[in-house]
This record gives sequence, structure tokens and C-alpha cells, in this order.
Amino acid sequence: MGPLRIAVIGSGPAGLYAVQHLLDQTEIEVAIDIFERLPTPWGLIRSGIAPDHHEKKKITDRLFEFYLKRPNVRFLGNVEVGRDISHETLARSYHALIYAVGADDDNALGIAGERLPGSWSARQFVSWYNGHPDFRDLQFDLSGPRAVIVGTGNVALDVARILTIPVEELARTDIADHALEALRNSGLKEVVILGRRGCQQAAFHNAELEELLDLDGVEVRVEADDLIAPGQSGGDWITRRKLATLIRLQTRKADRCRKRIIFKFHRRPVTVLRDEHTPGLDVAVEDGSGGSSIIHCGLVLRAVGYRGRPIDGLPFDPDRHLIPNSSGRVSGDRGTRNGIYVTGWIKRGPKGVLGSNKHCASQTVQCLLADAREGRLSEPVYDEVAKLMAHHRQIVSYEGWRSIDTAERVSGVGQGRPRVKQTRLDELLASASSRAPKTPSSCEATDA
Amino acid sequence: MPFVIAPACVADYSCVEICPVDCISPGPHEAGFAQAEQLYIDPIRCIECGACVDVCPVSAIYSAESLPQKWAHFADVNRSYFEDREARHGPS
Repeated sequence: MGPLRIAVIGSGPAGLYAVQHLLDQTEIEVAIDIFERLPTPWGLIRSGIAPDHHEKKKITDRLFEFYLKRPNVRFLGNVEVGRDISHETLARSYHALIYAVGADDDNALGIAGERLPGSWSARQFVSWYNGHPDFRDLQFDLSGPRAVIVGTGNVALDVARILTIPVEELARTDIADHALEALRNSGLKEVVILGRRGCQQAAFHNAELEELLDLDGVEVRVEADDLIAPGQSGGDWITRRKLATLIRLQTRKADRCRKRIIFKFHRRPVTVLRDEHTPGLDVAVEDGSGGSSIIHCGLVLRAVGYRGRPIDGLPFDPDRHLIPNSSGRVSGDRGTRNGIYVTGWIKRGPKGVLGSNKHCASQTVQCLLADAREGRLSEPVYDEVAKLMAHHRQIVSYEGWRSIDTAERVSGVGQGRPRVKQTRLDELLASASSRAPKTPSSCEATDA
Repeated sequence: MPFVIAPACVADYSCVEICPVDCISPGPHEAGFAQAEQLYIDPIRCIECGACVDVCPVSAIYSAESLPQKWAHFADVNRSYFEDREARHGPS
């Protein structure tokens, strides 16, 4: 009996935590192939986490890298399941598949005009400033003085911060060069954050809210009917902390106010209209008591949540926007699909923090190992992957990724940045196939 | 000085698994883990062994005296998480 052959689809936190759990057990020998659509691993750690949150990105160097480079793990980058290899073929080539593809779509506001030019999803903006190759060519108009963000989660605050933080601070991060340039030339002075509910129901976390206190030259205003003393709110500990911070933000005076963030709670956008007289968009909003107003702006970003997309060959729950499953075992109308698993956002919906995926993946991997132990997994019929590898235009291996990684870090050294991201597919593929440049001692990169 | 978890925490809970005195919360099997913003260290029970510091994959854990200035208040935040929990559920 050879090792249990497992394909993990997606190399973000969900997939990598699944790999960790598979490799940390010693009962069953495994051989893992990780399929990744991009030439680069790490999913939202690379394309989602804000560039000024570099501490969180340490998880790749301090944890995931050690699993990715294990001898019984193969990284197959630049391979898209569904395009380069079908689900059915994959299912016949492995004992088990784990889909860890995340939530690639966005919730809509469901209002007229939300797709007008100038109105985007926050995901598009985040992917753009983080240098995701599929989004790097989007053209955001940052020339107007005002942007409106709809939603009050951490993504909304990330975006508000990136739009207002001094550009010199961003210039020390791994933000994509094209975004740095656009933000340097931005005429933006004010970011309005619209919350449909009150400030006590806001979805942002305390740490993200508190960060606004440290934004240099940025004044924050809070318009909320329910902004009251924490002790009188009757809210839980988390909510009381948020109220205390909102009050501090409200009363704090920014030195040399350059920019302003305005929270408007209990404000519901009803339409987005193109302004007939001036460039830009008008967002019509209603308050709780039927009053309405117009906010004129150059940019609208909706940050009201991500959601999963269907995958060819797998069942899909169109209401919850995820793959139906029982503890990670995919289950549809025809019962449980043996050997097919999900983990992360496509399993439980887009919620929780990075580490939530560890617990989630643990449950999925426990199911998989139990199925292996009890003989519920079918032997692979053929090694289709070998054929794919022979014919595919270019698969990026772990060594290929190491070449990209080293090149990016080397470029960053001279600029005092952790890395300068390569954002074009052709550039990434060229780096992957070149010999890695010598790593300077100041880089943390391990041997390629 | 006890250790303190700063906001870089991603709730990876390697710290919970290694802590010899079980003073880090919420762990993956506790109610509230799924909604947790981050994890916290109980300053009263922490024995200052530092095991959590080594295993944290994002280096989010500092001894209280070496917290970066911008996160100086997190010693209070960590403590008040446990005070609040105790007020609601009694001593654990």
C-alpha cells in the first residue's frame, strides 16, 4: 500500500491548515498535491490582509512554509481546477480531494446603480492594492474628494485606512506599486462609512477600530444615535470597548488634519446615481426615520460580505452560498460524496479570523482520516496528474514559488520594504522559471 | 510580568495547546471561539514560561513590559477579558 493520495484545492489558510493537520498525524502516510490557480500560494494572506498588517503575514514564514516544502507535498501553482483539470479527473486521480477554495464572490447591496462605473466591491479594491494579477489593471478613480464605503466590517475599515493613511507609511509595506502610485496622486479627502444598523451592531473588531486612533492627520467623526456611554449601553464587553473607542475617536483632535473618516450609522443606501452635472456618483441614503439625503462622491465601495461560488461537478447551496457538507464531508441530494471534502469559507461561509480555519480544517481532516481507516475511500484509477504536468503550459512548483518569493524580497531590500510584489502573470511565470537570485543575508528567505 | 496577546493574533490557538496552565482563552472547544476577535492570556494564572511566545505563528505575544507603545493598553484588554468572563460565569 502506497501513501494516501490527497489533493488540496486552494493554498490559502484553509488549505494550508488542512495540510498541517494531515502532516501532523503519523497514523496514515500521505502524499499531498496542492492545486493553486495563481503562481503564488497563500490566498488571502497575500491578496486580502492589508499591507500595513504585516505582522499577520508572518504566518507564512513561521508556519505554512514548513508544510509547503515537505517532501511529500507538491505545490502545483498556475493550475486551475475546472480549466486545466476537471473535478471528475481529479477525483479519479486521488483517494481524497479537499476543496479549500474560499469565497470568491461578493454580496450585492441589491440597489439600483450599484454596478455603475465608479461603484465597486471592496474585494476588487483590496485585490487591486494587494497586487492580485486578476485585479491589477482595474482603474479606480481616486481623484474626487470623497469616497463612500458601504458596510462596517473589518474590510470596510481596512479600505478606509488604506485610503487615508499617510502614503509614506504605505511606502514601507508590500502594497502593490501601482496602488502606491495611485494613492500618492489621490485627491481624496474624506471617506464616508455607511452602516445600515447602529454603531453597537457594527461588525468591525476592536483592534481595527482602535487603529484609527493612530492614523496620523486623520480626523474621525461618528454620527450615531446609539453612541452612548459604554456603562449605559447594556452591551457585552466587546461592544462596550467599541463604544469607548468611538467616543475617544469622536473627541480626539487630529494634528494637521489632512483627511477625514465619517461614520454614518443607521444610514441605508437606496440608490447609486450618476451625477448629471459633475463627475462622480450620488448615493441616496435613508435614515431610520424616513429622512433622506444625497452623498456626492467619486468612488463607491461595497463591503457587505463575501460569498462562495459554485464549483462544476459539486453540489451547491444557493441560499448559503457554500458547498453543503456534514462536518466537511460533501453531501448533496445523492447523499455523501465519498472522498470529497471541503474546508474553510466554502465549507462554513465567510466568517471568523485566519485561525478559525485551523479548527475548521481539523474537523474535515478527522473525517477524511476516519474514512481512510474504515475503507470508504476509492483507490485512484489513474495518474492523470502526471499527464497534466506533461502537457500544461507551465506549472509553478515549490521551487518556482521560491524563485518568485526571493526575487520579490530582494527587490524590497533596497526600498526598505518587506517585498515588492510582482503583479503580472507573465512576470510571475518568468520569475518562477528563472534561477533564484542569491539571497542577501538580510532576507528571511530560506534556500530555494 | 505576565505575557499579553496583542492584536496581531489570528486565533491560531497553538498557544492554547501548549500552555501548561491552561490560561489562554477562548480555545477551539470553548463557546465563543467562533466569534472571538482574538485570544487572551489570564495575567493571574500566567506563569511566565513563554512557551506561547515561541509557538505563536504571528509573534503576537509580548511580555507586558515589552508591548509596543501602540498596543500598551492590551495588558488591560487581556485582563479585562477574564474579569468580564468571571463576572458572567463565576471563576473558572
